Amino acid sequence: MVPGIVDPCMVLVLTLNFHILGTPRLRSLIFVVGLHGALLGFLYPVAHQGFHAEFHGGPAALGALIRLGLLTAAIVGIKGLLIPNVMHRAVRLADIRPTLSSVIGFTPSVLLGGIGTGAAFLFASRLPLREGHEHHLLVPASLATVLAGFLVLVTRREALGQVLGYIVMENGIFVFGLLLIDAMPVLVELGVVLDLFVGVFVMIIIVNHVSRAFPEASTEHLRTLRE
Amino acid sequence: MFESFPFVSVVHILVVLVAPPLLPGVINRVKAIFAGRRGQPLLQTYYDIVKLIRKESVLSETTTWVFLFGPVAAVSTGLLAALLVPLGNASAPLSFEGDLILLAYALALGRFFTMAAALDTGSAFEGMGAAREATYACLAEPALFLGLIAIARLTGGLSLDGMLGPALLHGWSVAAESLLLVLISWFVVLLVENCRIPFDDPNTHLELTMIHEVMVLDHSGPAFGMVLYGASLKLFVFSALVVRLAFPVRTGSEPLDWIVVLAGTIGVAVGVGVIESTLARLRLTSIPALLTGAGVLSLFGMILALVH
Repeated sequence: MVPGIVDPCMVLVLTLNFHILGTPRLRSLIFVVGLHGALLGFLYPVAHQGFHAEFHGGPAALGALIRLGLLTAAIVGIKGLLIPNVMHRAVRLADIRPTLSSVIGFTPSVLLGGIGTGAAFLFASRLPLREGHEHHLLVPASLATVLAGFLVLVTRREALGQVLGYIVMENGIFVFGLLLIDAMPVLVELGVVLDLFVGVFVMIIIVNHVSRAFPEASTEHLRTLRE
Repeated sequence: MFESFPFVSVVHILVVLVAPPLLPGVINRVKAIFAGRRGQPLLQTYYDIVKLIRKESVLSETTTWVFLFGPVAAVSTGLLAALLVPLGNASAPLSFEGDLILLAYALALGRFFTMAAALDTGSAFEGMGAAREATYACLAEPALFLGLIAIARLTGGLSLDGMLGPALLHGWSVAAESLLLVLISWFVVLLVENCRIPFDDPNTHLELTMIHEVMVLDHSGPAFGMVLYGASLKLFVFSALVVRLAFPVRTGSEPLDWIVVLAGTIGVAVGVGVIESTLARLRLTSIPALLTGAGVLSLFGMILALVH
């Protein structure tokens, strides 16, 4: 049901999660988050159940293939190229520090990510999943990625780190969406990706404004804001 | 444990006694090639050990028997570990259910006495090295153990013979991702346990950042020769573990299997040499992060093995 290549890709996604949790370098983080998104984008046609049937099937095969190709290109383009480019641009324009800092430290972040991954696998093994889904890594990988994104979101002091955490969380939800791919219309999927892009775009504009108003875009200073 | 002592066990013991000092030579040769030098002879570690054994030891007045016991423990625990790891087609000379625990703790015992010998000199400098060694060992040991658990789960065996034998081939076919993660993690453990770059630079003797070399600064003569031999034994054991994990294929021919394992260990030494030539040593503060990363990779490998 789920093609064999999906599980190794999920392992790669989970390994990238650890890198995302462990790296303090902003450029590397943006690159890996982009890679994370692009990898999931490439998984979209793989996980698409109708792909083979439509391709080998009736006369509408070519149209379906083109539609799927365009959709994949849109997801990979937005998650893997557009969002990282916008973020790199923001780093350059707002003159943001090239290293992030974490409230709990990077090593504990990785450790928590490892424990969270274990907990995600444990939790997923107890979920009443549809037949064919329970032996694959999609559900635990989705939960672990959402958790990793959440950890980045709550522990990074810089606003841009939190934006990246938000993207990783969305990637986790996207992994879950791969399971529902046959039930979810194309427009919904594209809408979600575009929403994500607009969300990131707005956040980057806010980060830019914060950077101009204050010496650095660190949320630590937010508590000192008064009327 | 000692039901039979066949010819292959004699070969195993001879290989374990003779081969290890070749590996540092290979690493140094690779580094020399990268640097555009001719480099020292491949057998330089053998020459060094023979030279040191002929020399006289200078012992500080503050040291006790612990100082001399350190190198003895390093060699004896290294030999014990090497006898537990299966190398050729046949089983290792020492093999029993649960020997993986003995392997890990034999190496830990050797490390403990090396640290005790360093502390015995009363030098603050050596104490600092011992503290660093203990810190990094604490982080590297879980990575080794979690990997062993993953392999034990996939192969259904609790002895290294079974775990690193043909059953592992089946493990690679059903859970390759898990074993690949363990392999990467073990390679990192190999680098840190043997004090190689990016964790430690075996060539430094004067810097405050060194770890292993600072612990053995006071050893001289035969004691230092034993330290060198013990270090090469440890490198051989870890290389053999990595090779057996990466190539569990048995050809069926005893000599060919030995050649595969020995060529594999030399291949690992070449890999270490390439890493040492292309990477810089990490800052001391970054080392725990990398070791934690290796531990988490092993943990993830174990989780995947449990899921399969």
